[in-house]
Amino acid sequence: MNFGEAFRIAMRALAANKARSGLTMLGVIIGVAAVILLVAIGTGVQGEITGQIEGLGSNLLFIVPGQYGGGMGGDQAPPARRLTLEDADLVKRKVEGITAVVPVLQGGATIKSGNRSMRVVVAAGNEQGSEVFASTLAGGRHYRRSEVQVAARVVALGSRVAETLFPGKDPVGQRVTINGQRFTVIGHYESLGGGLSGDQDSQVYVPVTTAQRLFGVNYINTIVVKAASADEVERVKGEVRRVLTPRYGEEFTVFTQEQTLGLLSNLLGTLTYMLAGIAGISLLVGGIGIMNIMLVSVTERTREIGVRKAVGARTYDILSQFVIEAVALSVLGGTAGIALGWSGAAAMARFTPVPTDVTPWAVALAFFFSAGVGVFFGVYPAWKASRLDPIVALRYE
Amino acid sequence: MLETVDVCKSYPLEGVVVNALCGVSLRIREGEMVSIMGPSGSGKSTLMHIVGLLDTPTSGQVLLEGEDVSRMTPNQLAALRNKHIGFVFQAFNLLPRTTAQANVELPLVYGGVRGAERARRAVEALERVGLGNRTGHFPSQLSGGQQQRVAIARALVNRPSIVLADEPTGNLDSRSGVEVMAILQDLNAQGITVVVVTHDDRIARHAERIIHILDGQVRSEEIVAERVLAAQELRAMPAEEVAG
Repeated sequence: MNFGEAFRIAMRALAANKARSGLTMLGVIIGVAAVILLVAIGTGVQGEITGQIEGLGSNLLFIVPGQYGGGMGGDQAPPARRLTLEDADLVKRKVEGITAVVPVLQGGATIKSGNRSMRVVVAAGNEQGSEVFASTLAGGRHYRRSEVQVAARVVALGSRVAETLFPGKDPVGQRVTINGQRFTVIGHYESLGGGLSGDQDSQVYVPVTTAQRLFGVNYINTIVVKAASADEVERVKGEVRRVLTPRYGEEFTVFTQEQTLGLLSNLLGTLTYMLAGIAGISLLVGGIGIMNIMLVSVTERTREIGVRKAVGARTYDILSQFVIEAVALSVLGGTAGIALGWSGAAAMARFTPVPTDVTPWAVALAFFFSAGVGVFFGVYPAWKASRLDPIVALRYE
Repeated sequence: MLETVDVCKSYPLEGVVVNALCGVSLRIREGEMVSIMGPSGSGKSTLMHIVGLLDTPTSGQVLLEGEDVSRMTPNQLAALRNKHIGFVFQAFNLLPRTTAQANVELPLVYGGVRGAERARRAVEALERVGLGNRTGHFPSQLSGGQQQRVAIARALVNRPSIVLADEPTGNLDSRSGVEVMAILQDLNAQGITVVVVTHDDRIARHAERIIHILDGQVRSEEIVAERVLAAQELRAMPAEEVAG
C-alpha cells in the first residue's frame, strides 16, 4: 500500500467524525496560534527596541563611572567617584577621531507653565547633544555653545511636554518654571512615537551646566562619545581608557553601542524563547488530545482493523494508516493555527501599540513542531492498532 | 490445494493449557465445496482460523499448494491471505461509512492493485453477486442479504484459491440465507473452491463433502448423498420480494 492510499484512508476516517476531528484539531490550532503570536510579539518588540538604539548611530560610546562586568544587574557598589565636565573636556582634547563629546546629566523635575504642570525627566547635554539624542526639531532651535558656557536657562521640550503645557500653541518663546526656576522655551521636538524604551517625548532638554545648578551637583552621569566612523569605535575606546585611567584607575567603564545592543538583544531573545516555551506547552497539551482521541479511535475501530488484517493488511499498513491520521490532524490544525496566529499578530500590530513581527523561522518551527507532535503522539496508538490479533479483533463486539 | 497434517492448537486459559484441536488431518481439493461442521465448542472456529491462515498451529503442518505455512510470521500470513483466501463472515464485517465498491476494493488496496484496474475488478465482482447497481451504496443502505453478497464480492475480488465462509447465513432470514448459498454454489460451479463452516446440518448439505468436528478432532467425513441445491429451493419458495 502506498502513501497516497494510506492518506486517502486517513482522510476518510477523519471526515467520518467531523466534530471530533475538529475539536481535536482545535487543541493544536490554539497551541500553534499561541506560538506564532507570542513569538511575533517577542520578535516585534526586539526589533523595535534595537531599531531605536541603532537609530542613534552605531558609532557611539558611553563612559560611565564604576566597574561593570559582563553580566546584567548584580550587586555593584555605587561608584566611588563621579565623572565631571573636566573629564569630558579631557576626552575631547586628547582623543583623536571623534566628532562629538557630550556630557550627560539626567534627573527628575517638575515643569510648570501657568496652572499646568508635569513631571518630566530633564536630559542635559551640551551643544552637540543633537548628535547623540535621536530627535528632530519641530520648531525653534537647540541650545548653543554660548548658552552652555553661561548656564543659560533655556529649554527644549519633548512633544508630549509641549502638548501638555501649551496645547494648540507654539511653545517657542514661552516661559516655564522647572523646580521653581524660570526658563525660556527655545525649541520643541517631533514625537518619537509610543516607543517602549523609555518615553523620550516626556523629556526636556537643557544645557548640562544649567542642569548642574538646577540639581545642585558638580558631576555628570555619563559621557557620550561619537566616533568619526563605526570602524574607529574600538580604537577610540582604547584611547578613552588610556586618557581616563590615570585619573580613575579601573573605576570607570566604556560601553560601545554594539555591546549595549548585544546585551539588550540577549535579554529580549531570552524573553522570546520564554514566550515560545509557554506557547509550546499548550501545543503539547494539544498533542496529548490527539493521542487520547487516537486511542479511542483504535478501540472503536478494533473490528475494522480485524477486517483489514484478514483481507491482507500487514502490520506496517495499519501502523501507517493511524500515524497518518494523527499527523493529518496535527498538520491541518497546525496550518489553521498559523493562519490564526498570523492574522492575530497582524491585527495586534494594527490596533494596539504592541509591535509584532511574524518571522519565517517561527512559522516553520510551529509547522514542523506540530507535525512532530502528531508523529510523537500518534505512534503509540497506531502501534497498539497494528499489534492487534486479527482473530481477537474480528470477535470484538 | 490445502492440507493440514496432524494439526494441534492449545491455549493457556486461566493457567490451564486447553487443547482446542488435536491431531487434525484433512485435505481440501481444488474446485471442491466442503463443509466443516460441528457444534459450538467443537474447535471448528479454531480450525477455520488455521485453515484461513489467521492463526498458526501449536504443532503440525498446514500446507498451502504444497508449501508449509505453519511457521510463517504474521506479515507473511497477511500476504498469503490477501492472495489465496477470501473470507465471508457471519456478521458480514463490512467497513461502515464506506461504499460497497470501496469495501470490495479493500483486498486489492493491500494487494497493490491500483486505479482503474482496481475499480473495474471491484465492479465486476459486485456484478457477479448481482449487485452491479449498488456500487455506491453504504452498508447501512443495504439489506442483510445484500451486505453478505457485498462481502462475498470482497472475498472473490482478488481471485483467491479458497473462499472461506464462516456461518454465512447465521445473521440472515431464511430466504436471504438461501440466496447466499445459491451464490456460493454458483461460484463453486464456476470452479472456485468453497469451504463453509457451520453448525447447521441443512447448510452443510449444500456442499459435496462434510467434515464433522467434535472435541477438537475429526469425527468423520461424509460424502453428501443428496446435495441441497439452493437454486431449486429458491424456486420452491413463494416469490415475495425479489431482493437485489
